[in-house]
Amino acid sequence: MKLTRVLFLVSLPIIFIASIIFYVSHQNAQVFNTAGTIAKDEKNLILFSMFLSLFVLVPVYLMLILFSVKYRASNKSSKYSPNFSHSRTVESIWWTIPTILIVILSVVTWRSSHQLDPYKKIDSNVKPINIQVVALDWKWLFIYPDKSIASINSINIPINTPINFELTSDAPMNSFWVPQLSGQIYTMPGMSTKLSILSDKKGSYSGRSANISGRGFAGMLFSVNVVSNSEYNNWIKSTKSSTKVLNDRSYETLSKPTENVQPFTYSFVSADLYKNILGKYTLSDNNMSKVMGM
Amino acid sequence: MMLANLLGLLNVDSFRHDIIQNVGVGIMTLSIFFASLALTYFRKWKWLFGEWLSSLDHKKIGVMYIIVAVLMLSKAGFDALLMRTQQSLSVGNNHGILASQHYQQIFSSHGTTMIFFAAMGLMFGIINLAVPILIGTRDVAFPWLNSVSFWLFVSGMILLNTSLAIGDFSGAGWLAYPPLSELQFSPTVGVDYWIWSLQIAGVGSLLSGINFIVTILKKRAIGMNLMKMPMFVWSVLGSMTLVVFAFPVLTATITLLYLDRLLGAHFFTAGGGGNPMMYVNLIWAWGHPEVYILILPAFGIFSEIVATFSKKKLFGYTSMVWAIWAIVILSFTVWLHHFFTMGAGADVNGFFGIMTMIIAIPTGVKIFNWLFTMFRGKITFSAPMIWFVGFILLFSIGGVAGVLLAVPPADFQLHNSLFLVAHFHSMIVSGVLFGYFAGIVYWFPKFSGIKLNERLGKIAAYFWILGFIVAFVPLYALGIMGATRRMDHYSPSMGWQPLFIVAGVGVLIIGLGLLSLVLQVLYSIYKHIENRDRTGDPYDGRTLEWSIPSPAPSYNFSILPIVKKTDDFWEAKQEKRSRDLAYKDISLPKNSYIGLIVSAGAFALGFGAVWHILWLSIIGLLVIVVSVIVRTLDEDTEYTISKEKLILDDIQFYGEGK
Repeated sequence: MKLTRVLFLVSLPIIFIASIIFYVSHQNAQVFNTAGTIAKDEKNLILFSMFLSLFVLVPVYLMLILFSVKYRASNKSSKYSPNFSHSRTVESIWWTIPTILIVILSVVTWRSSHQLDPYKKIDSNVKPINIQVVALDWKWLFIYPDKSIASINSINIPINTPINFELTSDAPMNSFWVPQLSGQIYTMPGMSTKLSILSDKKGSYSGRSANISGRGFAGMLFSVNVVSNSEYNNWIKSTKSSTKVLNDRSYETLSKPTENVQPFTYSFVSADLYKNILGKYTLSDNNMSKVMGM
Repeated sequence: MMLANLLGLLNVDSFRHDIIQNVGVGIMTLSIFFASLALTYFRKWKWLFGEWLSSLDHKKIGVMYIIVAVLMLSKAGFDALLMRTQQSLSVGNNHGILASQHYQQIFSSHGTTMIFFAAMGLMFGIINLAVPILIGTRDVAFPWLNSVSFWLFVSGMILLNTSLAIGDFSGAGWLAYPPLSELQFSPTVGVDYWIWSLQIAGVGSLLSGINFIVTILKKRAIGMNLMKMPMFVWSVLGSMTLVVFAFPVLTATITLLYLDRLLGAHFFTAGGGGNPMMYVNLIWAWGHPEVYILILPAFGIFSEIVATFSKKKLFGYTSMVWAIWAIVILSFTVWLHHFFTMGAGADVNGFFGIMTMIIAIPTGVKIFNWLFTMFRGKITFSAPMIWFVGFILLFSIGGVAGVLLAVPPADFQLHNSLFLVAHFHSMIVSGVLFGYFAGIVYWFPKFSGIKLNERLGKIAAYFWILGFIVAFVPLYALGIMGATRRMDHYSPSMGWQPLFIVAGVGVLIIGLGLLSLVLQVLYSIYKHIENRDRTGDPYDGRTLEWSIPSPAPSYNFSILPIVKKTDDFWEAKQEKRSRDLAYKDISLPKNSYIGLIVSAGAFALGFGAVWHILWLSIIGLLVIVVSVIVRTLDEDTEYTISKEKLILDDIQFYGEGK
């Protein structure tokens, strides 16, 4: 093959990848366009790992290109050693180099797993806000237990305030993901998972379910609106003055499958709702008799 | 009333479908119809059954595996095209061409078909073709069991495709996580189809695994001790070891899921004491090794190809062997990285993250060893080498993306996103598929006697490499943009649509690649006279398969080889060693229809289990048991080829007196 043709073939993918990167950099690349401390640390971790991987990719690509050109059969001037198949030095080098890289990354992994553990509460002088999240078929229910209010598919949170989510599901498994604020966590029936975030940038951030949960899965969208403290307090007030109430009866209606639900709020939530939803799935005598059909 | 009971859940509605499914069923029915017509017209039915379907010859079974797998690859590729079409169109007010439930069935069927019936089929096909010849033997250890394995694979495949025409398929993804896959949320028979097609094919895979371990350990040529085996054989031994340890886990897990659905057991249900997290652990205890089951043989194939086309010994043989076994063992210690986001805690996540990264070390060593095999070689860039270059370029990117995903907090952001989808397609397409395609092209002359057209072969490889880049680079980007997998609809404000369209174009380019591959084979067969491989050794090869004629005779070796060194055929050529002409009569297994009958029984068992038709399942089970007993009692299972015939064959090939 002629050199010009090789160059042409090689340049095509490079131009293609460059244009994709150009496009993405002019769009909302949510994982990189962070608005929360956790998401920011996670982004830096991703970038660091990508940087580290260059230490493997670059030599591999260079060797591949160099050897392909130099040792092609038509190049008669290069050396040919058909039995050169073992060298302790060379092989030690490539058991060692990847090992060193992996040791570095392992340390980073161990430390970051602990630092960015979703269960770890965020250090802050500001008093955190608790929000309970229930994935339903096919919408998200958010309960503010300390304010006794609830909302569907949209929440407001104050800026620079730690938010402690407790999450479960009263439907198949889902995954709660707001890329600009933090990584995702599964929501599972009968199980309560936790996630803490803190946003340092006002704005409205889109969230979704990242785990397939049936027919209306693609419509399980919600927004997290990061607002100032006064805006937040006003929102609480106006929510409290609305008319809808979430009790056991209205919850039963709410939990029926619906799709593409527009956001709305509840002015009052019974205190034990989250606990009761979790309790539905644990084996008490009462539940057992239902299961066994007795 | 009686009839309704006899048919279980089956009724008229089971046959009603939307237009796209009807087209699919139509294409399938018409293909079968025209194939039958052609067979009748050319009077080939007897040939089909007598020479092929009943064959116990490992080479013919291998070819049949590959034909079925390529059909399934095309079908699941068409699924992929439908998915990308939907995602390119379904934005804002437009809802595309597929209802969400149908879309979900399509991606579930895409994944299931690709892994179990395309990738596994190609893998067992190539293993069947190559392993016995590479180790210098005439057949696998249990030829009849081999045919049963193949026919169970076919039976599972047919059951899966039946779901297109009768009933529906699972929409719960290729691994059917409960509670979504439980009766409460998936009340139709779709998940049962998924369970039973995997159950039947899975048992076939397990039997094959045992068969090839025994074949490799017990049937090697005299003198070929383990450390003289070709690297492909080592990789198959590793892979089959994984099959034997991993597949029983799959069988048990989906049996429990079926019990949940059939009898209202509560293994994995939400509530009633069930625990869906248990299922996720168990399915990945099989699922992660499965990835290495597929990739190890591809590594092995590339090891053979690089050495052959560089005209050099494989670099770092011992390192390579250790790397394979390191991967085998480590692959059982990393399953949790598929669900870091389940909230297991920092210690657990950290541990599994580090274990996962450790696998990158032996894999990296293998890549450097291949590259150093090229160092100071004489490299010919034939089609298999183009696949190899594509593999190194793209697999490396997928590999480092995998290491990135092994860092738990990074995974929190990328899990279930299209970045993850792009990563595992980098492994399965540019690793597994490229390896298998390279293997088929490489060994094609050996089992067909025909050398493949180089030009079309290279065009196919270029299309695949280019198509892969166009189809999957946008997916890495989409993941960073927050796009999750399995969406059938999204908002235009996300800015995802242009990338989905580009990815769809990539699928079309890959389609051209697949077409070129098929064309390459058909055109070369059409021009078979000028493409005939008369030497048996078209690449100046290194291992035993090139020492025999092409196409390999039914008995492979007229005289069983005696091996002295690694790459023994190459060494024998260098030393101008001559063969020891000790001809003996050969016994080979007779053809048998019982594998086919077992397969029919398995289908009846599975179909009955899906539709709750008890009598059909019982009949199916009885057919299997009785056929196996009949076969066991059959004493007359072999035929003999006389040494006079062998000598005649050899004279024809090697010439007088050699």
